Amino acid sequence: MPNPNVSTFSASVGAPPVSPKVEVRDLRLAYGAKEVLHGISFHIDPNEILGVIGPAQSGKTSLLRCVNRTIDFTASARTSGVVKVDGEDVRTLRDVYGLRRKIGMVAPLPVGLPLSIYDNVAFAPRAAGLRDKGRLNDLVERCLTQAALWDEVKDRLDSLGTKLSGGQQQRLTIARALSHEPEILCLDEFSIAIDPVTTMRIEDVLKELRRNMTIILVTNLVQQARRLANRTMFLWNGEIIEIDRTEAMFSDSPKDKRTYDYVNGIFG
Amino acid sequence: MTSKRGTLDLLSERAIEALIRLCGISAILFVFGIFFFVFREGAPFLRHLDLGEFLFSKSWIPTSQTVPKYGVGALIVGSLSVTAVAMAIAVPFGLGAAVFISEFCGRKTKETLKIVIELLAAIPSVVWGFVGLSVMSPLLINTFHTPIGVNMLNGALLLALMSVPIMVSIGEDALKAVPDSFREAAIALGATRWQMVYRVLLPASKNGLLAAVLLGVGRAIGETMAVLMATGHSVRIPTSIFDPVRTLTATIAAELGETSKGSDHYQVLFLIGVLLFTITFIVNLTADLVVKGIRKQ
Repeated sequence: MPNPNVSTFSASVGAPPVSPKVEVRDLRLAYGAKEVLHGISFHIDPNEILGVIGPAQSGKTSLLRCVNRTIDFTASARTSGVVKVDGEDVRTLRDVYGLRRKIGMVAPLPVGLPLSIYDNVAFAPRAAGLRDKGRLNDLVERCLTQAALWDEVKDRLDSLGTKLSGGQQQRLTIARALSHEPEILCLDEFSIAIDPVTTMRIEDVLKELRRNMTIILVTNLVQQARRLANRTMFLWNGEIIEIDRTEAMFSDSPKDKRTYDYVNGIFG
Repeated sequence: MTSKRGTLDLLSERAIEALIRLCGISAILFVFGIFFFVFREGAPFLRHLDLGEFLFSKSWIPTSQTVPKYGVGALIVGSLSVTAVAMAIAVPFGLGAAVFISEFCGRKTKETLKIVIELLAAIPSVVWGFVGLSVMSPLLINTFHTPIGVNMLNGALLLALMSVPIMVSIGEDALKAVPDSFREAAIALGATRWQMVYRVLLPASKNGLLAAVLLGVGRAIGETMAVLMATGHSVRIPTSIFDPVRTLTATIAAELGETSKGSDHYQVLFLIGVLLFTITFIVNLTADLVVKGIRKQ
């Protein structure tokens, strides 16, 4: 459903500060003939957690894939518009590997690479050229600790990452995403396979991490966005219905009635 | 009505099951059958055969009127050395091509390359032998200034060309079987394409790639016509890759027609067949064990 207010939302939130970490302007994405993002615009400030909520097939994952340009791997995907990271348009960027090293990505379905637990976490730093064994060890331990997985795997770092349980693999991918010390962390439904207690532990870590990085938190759990996000964006059918401070979004009177319906579970 | 229908279903189910079982078992039957008949032809000679001499002597003089000698040592060395050189050439090219086709080239190049490589696989081995004699041989003489062009290197080059298509298609299948999510995960971590291939795809597909290599080895060691025509067919222990050699397979092919059925020479040729069978069996068994070993880790 087209929303005439889409293009005016940023004015209502206030002009972006001097240098937004991520800036998206009129981003359109189509897979073949099917357009899934209909010209969306928003920005993310440094050290902010932006929650992205919305039902399935809204374009949340596609949006993340545009930011780190893994969308390139879908042959039928066509994009237009501007996606800037640190002021640089990623669509025309030359050093795409450098861009991806800046961004940590956690996919909804855990993808443990067919390597040992240790090598999974050490993958990105090694790809970036780190060889020092001692520093690698420290890094692996720190990342696994931040992902609340260290205690469970510290005695079997050499066993295959793919042998871990679903929830453990999910946390392994979080550790992996943190391993190259990203400036932007994209979490796509990170808690889908993780029990509530562990989820809380990771959420606490995310609050800590915000000091060092910008976080995009795509989540189906609207309460998770409420707990963590500074601002929340409601994406629906490839359009931004509303983006605002999280308190406003979850208040009794967000600007758009559909936001109220969605976060209160009476959507549709 | 319904119960009759049910019985019919059950019967046809049983029949199909039996048929499928037969298909499965037939493979085993054929293998044992072939081994049995080959062994039966050669077995009587085992009584007068000194196994040590058979395997390690390099005198192969089967047609001597006075003291025929049946030592296949040189032939074994010939087969293994040609295969080894062929693999040294074919494995890097075959796997490299598989990686290129699967990961690095565009869709059009990929389709073209696959068709061309399949064409390569469709060339009959006698044509390869002809290429060895008429193209490769003068080429080798001119390039390396060797006295003869039909030698180990010539045969190995042909075998490499023949086994590359198998390695490429099996290897590419193995790489294709790696889920795209692995690629995307690696790329999202900032890996370059080559780092992704080297650190993720190769480890993930190593079983399939090993199978590809071993199928190539099987193809090379069993090949007859091309090596018969291109290796020089001379019984000797080679000292360099420019020496002519003779392989086990070529010996059988060249000599079996000239022996009288049931003669010593005839029986020894069948024993060579058993030997070839054993070698390929060992290759396959090793492959199996290696693959299982990898899986266990």
